[in-house]
Amino acid sequence: MNVIELKQLTKTYRVYQKKEGLLASLGGLFQREYRDVNAVRGIDLTVAKGEFVAFLGPNGAGKTTTLKLLSGVINPTSGTAQVLGYVPWERKNAYRRRFALVMGQKNQLWWDLPANESYRLHQQIYRIEPAEFTRTLDELTGLLGVRELLRQPVRELSLGERMKMELIAALLHSPEVLFLDEPTIGLDVIAQHNVRQFLKQYQLERQTTILLTSHYMKDVAALCERVVVIAHGQIEYDGSLAGILDRFSGHKIVTLAFTENQMPPDLTPFGEILEVLPPKVKLRIDRNVVAEKLASLLSQHSVEDVSVEEPPLEEVIADVFSRATRSKEA
Amino acid sequence: MYVRAHTWWTILRIALEERLVYRGDFALGTLMRFLPIITQIFLWWAIFESIGSGSVETAEIANFTFPDMVAYYLLTMVGRAFSSMPGLASGVARQIRDGEIKKFLIQPVDMVGFLMLNRIAHKLAYYSVAILPFALVFYLCRGYFTAGWPDPLTLAAFVSSLILGFLLGFFLETSIGLIGFWFLEVSSLLFVYMLFSFFLSGHMFPLDLLPEPWNLLVDLLPLKYMAYFPAAVFLGKVSQDELMLQLGIQVAWIVFFIFLSRYLWKRGVSRYSGFGG
Repeated sequence: MNVIELKQLTKTYRVYQKKEGLLASLGGLFQREYRDVNAVRGIDLTVAKGEFVAFLGPNGAGKTTTLKLLSGVINPTSGTAQVLGYVPWERKNAYRRRFALVMGQKNQLWWDLPANESYRLHQQIYRIEPAEFTRTLDELTGLLGVRELLRQPVRELSLGERMKMELIAALLHSPEVLFLDEPTIGLDVIAQHNVRQFLKQYQLERQTTILLTSHYMKDVAALCERVVVIAHGQIEYDGSLAGILDRFSGHKIVTLAFTENQMPPDLTPFGEILEVLPPKVKLRIDRNVVAEKLASLLSQHSVEDVSVEEPPLEEVIADVFSRATRSKEA
Repeated sequence: MYVRAHTWWTILRIALEERLVYRGDFALGTLMRFLPIITQIFLWWAIFESIGSGSVETAEIANFTFPDMVAYYLLTMVGRAFSSMPGLASGVARQIRDGEIKKFLIQPVDMVGFLMLNRIAHKLAYYSVAILPFALVFYLCRGYFTAGWPDPLTLAAFVSSLILGFLLGFFLETSIGLIGFWFLEVSSLLFVYMLFSFFLSGHMFPLDLLPEPWNLLVDLLPLKYMAYFPAAVFLGKVSQDELMLQLGIQVAWIVFFIFLSRYLWKRGVSRYSGFGG
């Protein structure tokens, strides 16, 4: 069953172009120049129940805009979307009780009060049964290890603790769909790890449908089987994380260690030289000729050690982004 | 219905707890609020003295004796305690500007209702403490209330006018704040409003001092119902048939601003969500 269905979803913002200088600012009071920004242009996407999908993309690619469209914060310019059978931007209460959006550290919590009080409020506005509320709260605080912080005013919590409290606030009503915008941003490595572990376990148990955006490849690698790469408001790739390599990376990295003083003077026929540290050499070789080149290398030269690696994922994805930029400019 | 009432109660209770965090700040702040009155009282003393050629007791301005004047200022303090909404409009505009408003689009809770419960909590928390300095000042100044306590009916009208004044102030300022959807910053708009309010609500001087055509205008504007009107009712300056009419005008303005705030919210949200942000 599809929980999320997007068809040709498009969002164009009109942004005011402010010119530099005071005079120009005064002029802006009377006549303004606007520029259209195509944040999302024609996205088709379906997500089945229980999927954990990551949105990857450079800043301004349209990830957050897509999440905002799905949570009904903004209206689209054209196209359709259905989440749990609802049109998000109609903002029906029945829909709003069934999803949650966590956006960085934008707080849903009352700053001067303990998180506990904010949760009580959520219990009311989301109409959570008291027994259910107690059980969920107990489970979530247990999983995140923050049970003893419930009575502490939110302003006295650390950033990591606050993020955990935000997550709890978003999950109290057991949303069937969860949108996470950069849930680990600004957190230290340990807190990032904790949040990741929590999300993984939570999703395993609850089978919640989750859409996540993140800049941390570790988040994505740890959590999501499906990755959607967005660049310039369009979907560039939709599939597994490993599939990105097959699809976009045309080469592998081969590292060779030659026998002492046996290093051949010219290795360019075999591939592009990335690094030479005699007796070691790092080569970039086209994926489809790796076996062939390696065979001839080994037969012609005396080699002590070989390793063949995939290029780092970050690099490949950065490459996908810049390729999308080039093709757009062309 | 019960569920909804319970939700409201929870919002109110939590907002109240939040406000009480700041209670220490209340008591002193309240006493300070009476300071500007003292200067006004001295000013009027001088005016009455010169009109009565040295005798303050016999002088009268627009049916106000000097004790009436003091009582009037003290009573407008009570009126404004109900109707003034510090930080409401600017708070709404700020929430729009920095995107905090998203919360009310995502969560199943009505923003205007939420703000109202917050404001009630704000007032309750503030005046549960501030009632002490208020009582002290009124006790010390009891001599100026020459007519003593008004009759029960007038007292009831006074209390109604205070509660209506709260509602009027709330919906009026919320509407100003919601204009932030178009202007982002409403502080200058608010300043203009405050300026008019200062003169035309009766905060600065009793509106009886205004000459004839202005009187009618002020009757029809919403401003006087937030300071002058409750005080005038208490002092018995409003006749029986005028009372019903003016309460009617006050209610009409409340209804107007309820609809206006609803309309602005609806239009504003669709504009906001059209723009993004």
